[in-house]
Amino acid sequence: MTEVNLGEEIVFWFSGGLAVLGALGLILSRKAVHSALWVALTMINLAVLYVANSAPFLGMVQVVVYTGAVMMLFLFVLMVVGVDSSDSLIETLKGQRLVAIVLAVGLAILLVAGIGAGLTDVVPVGLDEANGVDGGNVQGIARLLFTDYLVAFEVTSALLITAALGAMVLAHRERWLPRASQEELSKARFIGAGHPGNLPSSGTYARHNAVDTPALLPDGSPSAQSIPGPLVARGDVRPVDHHEVEQIESLGGGSK
Amino acid sequence: MTGSQFGVFGIDPWWLVLLKALAIFVMLVLLTLFTIWWERRVVSRMQNRIGPNRVGPFGLLQSLMDGFKLGLKEEIIPKAAHVGVYWIAPVISATAAFLAFAVIPFGPTVSIFGVETPLQLTDFPVSVLYVLAIASIGIYGIVLAGWSSGSTYPLLGGLRSSAQMISYEIAMGMSFVAVFLYAGSMSTSEIITAQEPIWFAVILLPSFLIYVTSMVGETNRAPFDLPEAEGELVGGFHTEYSSLKFAMFFLAEYINMVTVSALATTLFLGGWLAPWPISLWESANTGWWPLLWWLIKVQIFIFVFIWLRATLPRLRYDQFMKFGWKVLIPASIVWIMVVAAARVLRNDIEFSNRQLLIGGAIVIAVLLVGSWFAQGALDRREAARKFIREEIDSRPFEPMAGGFPVPPMPGQQAVLTTRRSNIPVVQQEAIDG
Repeated sequence: MTEVNLGEEIVFWFSGGLAVLGALGLILSRKAVHSALWVALTMINLAVLYVANSAPFLGMVQVVVYTGAVMMLFLFVLMVVGVDSSDSLIETLKGQRLVAIVLAVGLAILLVAGIGAGLTDVVPVGLDEANGVDGGNVQGIARLLFTDYLVAFEVTSALLITAALGAMVLAHRERWLPRASQEELSKARFIGAGHPGNLPSSGTYARHNAVDTPALLPDGSPSAQSIPGPLVARGDVRPVDHHEVEQIESLGGGSK
Repeated sequence: MTGSQFGVFGIDPWWLVLLKALAIFVMLVLLTLFTIWWERRVVSRMQNRIGPNRVGPFGLLQSLMDGFKLGLKEEIIPKAAHVGVYWIAPVISATAAFLAFAVIPFGPTVSIFGVETPLQLTDFPVSVLYVLAIASIGIYGIVLAGWSSGSTYPLLGGLRSSAQMISYEIAMGMSFVAVFLYAGSMSTSEIITAQEPIWFAVILLPSFLIYVTSMVGETNRAPFDLPEAEGELVGGFHTEYSSLKFAMFFLAEYINMVTVSALATTLFLGGWLAPWPISLWESANTGWWPLLWWLIKVQIFIFVFIWLRATLPRLRYDQFMKFGWKVLIPASIVWIMVVAAARVLRNDIEFSNRQLLIGGAIVIAVLLVGSWFAQGALDRREAARKFIREEIDSRPFEPMAGGFPVPPMPGQQAVLTTRRSNIPVVQQEAIDG
């Protein structure tokens, strides 16, 4: 065995502990956004462990891809669908829990077997030796990706591209008419019969300021444009009481 | 770190590491204060105003005083805020902004108190990726600030910024690839030494342009400052922040500006290497002089940031995203393919420059002819579509086509029938059966 120095031990227990804490937080949080944050913590600490093990490329890519892109997309989706929506506990897919348990146990067996084999069968040569084979950590990863794991790498990329294409097909909408450009929209607004800008807002008076109170034009008559059409059609417009206005004006005293 | 090339890094005594870290911290804070003043003065000039000129010489201490005032203001925390996340968001933003500077080189090896050391805190084989990684953590601050404020405008600002940063980070990362290919390394110090004869901004001009565009998007600066568009979102993600917490976002934004400018300098403008007429002077690249060249280059980028802000109106959000995904990213992919192909042809198959040029001409000719055919096919498709559209437009609208109420097709006029009595008798019979 190669010996472990104090610094390595501190980094391992600190980052490892935080990573486990993040994993626990993921399961135990009630809010989906908090869960996402705990996962981000786990990922960053895994990256620290990679760097501590002389795999800086893996560590940085872990942060850029998983923390920076994947978790960010998760957060994005959580925000779009509504951050406060609670999860329903009703099973929508039949037998989902059973399948999940079987798969989890299978994954656990795979992980334990893999790590166990790594701990017992492989003779450690030390990180400098391992990285020195190809003249550096980055070069070593590049050689592995493009020789031993080329097929797996390409298959994964094909899978990802298929998923991306699938997402595009699902989200695609065939346009009936070409999208109106900014110029066309602007022209339609001004040439058309409508009002090009904002309509005047409703009146604000001492006693009433709701949308059913019309604003007054300079000549003192109520402006029909300041009231929503449906209210006018229903006859639900509050008449402006000129007497009241005058009364208030007279109370003002020294005004003109 | 392993590898002999990083021998000069990681061997500093502890007090020197501490000194460098402190120096970087102080420099970033001072640069922030200076940049705020500089921005206000330059924007004023461009708008025929004078700008701050009261506090200190030329108003240089204005931002310091503003900072004091900001820190002493009352802090208001919304009731609906998610307190823990609300507190940690500005901390994440500011911390990440400082961290990224650890790998930026300011100069060559100098002597500090008798110790020979490079003017750079640290470096390792993938330090440019480290800057990207830290930048992506910094986004969390903005997104979480938007979410945790418990208010609509900040949430929209946070959403926008997460989408924007993911999109522009891709283009940014891709613009690095050509630099990595040419430098043969992802470490900042080696990229600078690889630019000794000629800067990458010259030979990799498309990468440089793509990087400069995406760095403006990445730092939320005008004309890409949609996450804090004051005309639409009040203040965007920091609407509900006040006092020191807001100051931290402010600080982070300006430090990020300096960081991306420094990275642009490192990757494309030769870092601390002296520019051409000065580089003829023998000792231009030794001692402490390079720190000055570096600072001038970074300030030029900062000036460009300010210039853009004073000149350009904000983009519309959909146009902005379209620009990122449909222009910057495809352009980077094509450019990377060109660079990679050219390098393989020159290094492995030993093509000469002349053969490369002839090959390039042939490729362009094929593309031109292909685009001519493609345009023909597109025109025919458009004509067919137009024919079908006219065909449909000419038909009158049937509100109960096939016995079901249907909406009008585009171009057809809907018949306003909301009450049962308004529907023509024939169709009423169709409903009643």
